[in-house]
Parts: sequence; structure tokens; C-alpha cells
Amino acid sequence: MNWEFILKYLPLYQKAAWLTLRIGLAGVLLAVAVGLLCAAIQYYRVPVLRGVAAVYIELSRNTPLLVQLFFIYYGLPKVGIKTDAAACGIAGLAFLGGSYMAEAFRSGLEAVEPIQTESAVSLGLNRYQTMRYVVLPQAVSISVPAFVANVIFLLKETSVFSAISLMDLMFTAKDLIGLYYKTTESLFLLVVFYLIILLPVSVLGSLLERKVRYAGFGT
Amino acid sequence: MPDLGLEVLLKGKNMIRLLGGLGAALRISLIAVILSIPLGILMGVLMTWKNPVTKALFRIYLEFIRIMPQMVLLFLVYFGTTRSFGWDLSGESASILVFTLWGTAEMGDLVRGALISIPRHQYESSEALGMSKVQTYRYIIIPQTLRRLIPLSINLITRMIKTTSLVLMIGVVEVLKVAQQIIEANRMSSPNAAFGIYLTVFILYFIACWPISLLARYLEKRWR
Repeated sequence: MNWEFILKYLPLYQKAAWLTLRIGLAGVLLAVAVGLLCAAIQYYRVPVLRGVAAVYIELSRNTPLLVQLFFIYYGLPKVGIKTDAAACGIAGLAFLGGSYMAEAFRSGLEAVEPIQTESAVSLGLNRYQTMRYVVLPQAVSISVPAFVANVIFLLKETSVFSAISLMDLMFTAKDLIGLYYKTTESLFLLVVFYLIILLPVSVLGSLLERKVRYAGFGT
Repeated sequence: MPDLGLEVLLKGKNMIRLLGGLGAALRISLIAVILSIPLGILMGVLMTWKNPVTKALFRIYLEFIRIMPQMVLLFLVYFGTTRSFGWDLSGESASILVFTLWGTAEMGDLVRGALISIPRHQYESSEALGMSKVQTYRYIIIPQTLRRLIPLSINLITRMIKTTSLVLMIGVVEVLKVAQQIIEANRMSSPNAAFGIYLTVFILYFIACWPISLLARYLEKRWR
């Protein structure tokens, strides 16, 4: 292990890690927005849009992110839709993550039994109050584990961005291996930086899961 | 209207080549699945042992594999083993190795989860009914475990198929690579082919994964 080399190229990895984090975070936020929208459409059974959401979810869940990115980055410009690599990365992540988030939220909403809403109505709560005080708190509690798993999954998926020439961690590692043949050092830094990004998310995630585990009776 | 890739696709053997590329990707995931199922079952059973040493070892293995992006694992095995052990792995064997390591970890955790989800009273009741250890497992425990396990492991298979798209990055010629080659070769005659070709790859992956997802969902509902 050549520590001099590691120290020299640490800033390069730092930069790459920031890029991964920024795009990852933007992608996750958009994915949550798309997921909320789809889950709401399915929960309220909005006609037409419901079908669109269902088709989108199937398409997005059954194809790999890399293929989606290739289509967005290399395919769409041919029909006049041009964007830069970072925007493509975010869009790809939102397209993939939206369906996973939608499924997480939907299963949370569906897990709240009808008797809960019926009781709320018989207690004189209006629709808004039922949602706000009865359904949502329980649905959130039930969705959190899947939500946390999705966030980690999406951050991991950012590792394919090097394929659309974003200078992320994978790109940096591959570059350094190719340029200097310092394979061990480059791979070591790669693993360390991914651990730095993902371990805190994983730990925070399990703390959050423990904190919101209150839905349901006697469980 | 400029050609968006349909003509290129129908030219010569391009569609067959693309399907061949998909076949290469599916073969890698199939071999990895066949290897990881028995290994994963073994790991899952071993994970239920109360021995703290094996428990910790399996935990570390599982967590490391889980937290690392599969792309990183591919790089570690493909570039790392050459340097550290002098192995000269082809891209294909490196990907099979990685997918098996990953599949074993995920499968192991599924098996462990299914095993510990069987409540104790199931064991106790069958003992009270005078069943032997073998009978207990044969008629009570294994059928229930399988019901929980099979839909989840089918889902794991689709995840594996989707992840094979990554092997492009370590130089395996699979469907995306073939697509790139076709687009390059026809760059002059139809410069806009990328749209149609990549859309086709997208649809091919969908056709490969969707039926499997549907099967998993159907079994999950039926066996609940």
C-alpha cells in the first residue's frame, strides 16, 4: 500500500464523492416526490392517471438503471431532448427510484385497515383530519423501513453514473487504475469512500426505523 | 423522417446479435442463481446457529456485501484479484463470482428470515403430536419456510438479471455492449439509431424481468 499515492489522490476522491452525494441526494428527493405522487394517485384511485402510474411502475421496476441512463443520455438527444450528464443522472435516478418509493408509500397506506378510517369518520373527523391524524401517522411508520432501504439502494445505484461520463467515484477509481496501475490503492480508496457515504445513512436509517415503530396494536 | 434505429435493427443479423447479448447477460445471472441457491440455503441455516463467532462472521460478510454497490464488488474482484492473487479472471468469471457472492448473502438472509419467522409453538406442537425430528421438518417447518421463501427468492432473481447490465463496465460483451457496437457500425448511414436501439434494449430487459416479477407477486398473494 503506497500511502503517498493515497494522500496525493485523496482530494480527487473527495470531489468525486461530493458529486456522487449531490446527484444522489437530488435524485432521491425527486424520487420521493414522484413516489408520493404515484402513491396518492393509486390510493385515491384517480381514473386514467392510475393506469399511467401502474405502467410507469412496472417499466421502471423491471429494467436496470444503466439501460435507463443509456436511453436518456444517448437515445433521447436523437429526438431532440438534450441534457447534460448530471441532469441525466438525476432524471434516471428519479425514474428508477420513483417506482420503488411509490411501492413503499402505497404499501404503508394500504396497511392501514379500513376500520381505522371508519372509526375516524364515526368519531366525526372530516376527510382531511382522518388523513392527517389517523392514516398518515400509521402509514409513515409502516413505510419507513422500505423507504430507508430504497434510499440506500438508490445511493448505491449512483455507482453506474460513470457510464455516462460523470466523474464519480467509480470513474475516478477506473481512471487511476488505468493511468498509474495502482490498483490496490485505488480500490481501497473506492471502498473507503463508499463506506463513508453509505454507513452513516444505514445507521441513521435504522435509528429512524426504531423511532417510528409505533403503528398497529400490540406489535 | 430520419431513421431512429428500426431499419438498423432489421438490417442483417443485428436483432439476433442483440438477443445473443441478452443471452450472455441472462446466462451469467442463471449460473449465479443456480450456485447461490444451495449456498444461500446453507448460509441461512448456519446463520441461525447460536455460535457467536459464526454469527459475527456471517453478519460482517452480509453487511459488507449489502452496503457495497455491486459495481464496486465487480471492480474489487475483476481488478483486485489480478493484482493481489495474480488470478487472471475473465470478465465473465469475475461477474459470476461476484453475483454468486452477492446472491449467497441475500439468499442466506432470506432463508434465515424465513426460518426464524416460524414460531416456536410449531416445533413444540409437532413434538407433542409425537413427530420425529425428520417428520417435523419434512411436514411442518420446510413447507411453511418455502412458502415464505419462494416469492422473495424469485424477486432476487429479477434483481440479479437487472444487475447483470453492469458487467458491461468490466468488459463483458452483453446486450448493451452489442448495442453500442451496432450503433457505432451504422454511425454514418443512420446517425440517430441510438434512440431505437437503446429503446429496444430497454424493452428486452423488461420482457426478461416482467413475467418473473408477475410470478413472484402472484405466488406472494396466493400463499399469504
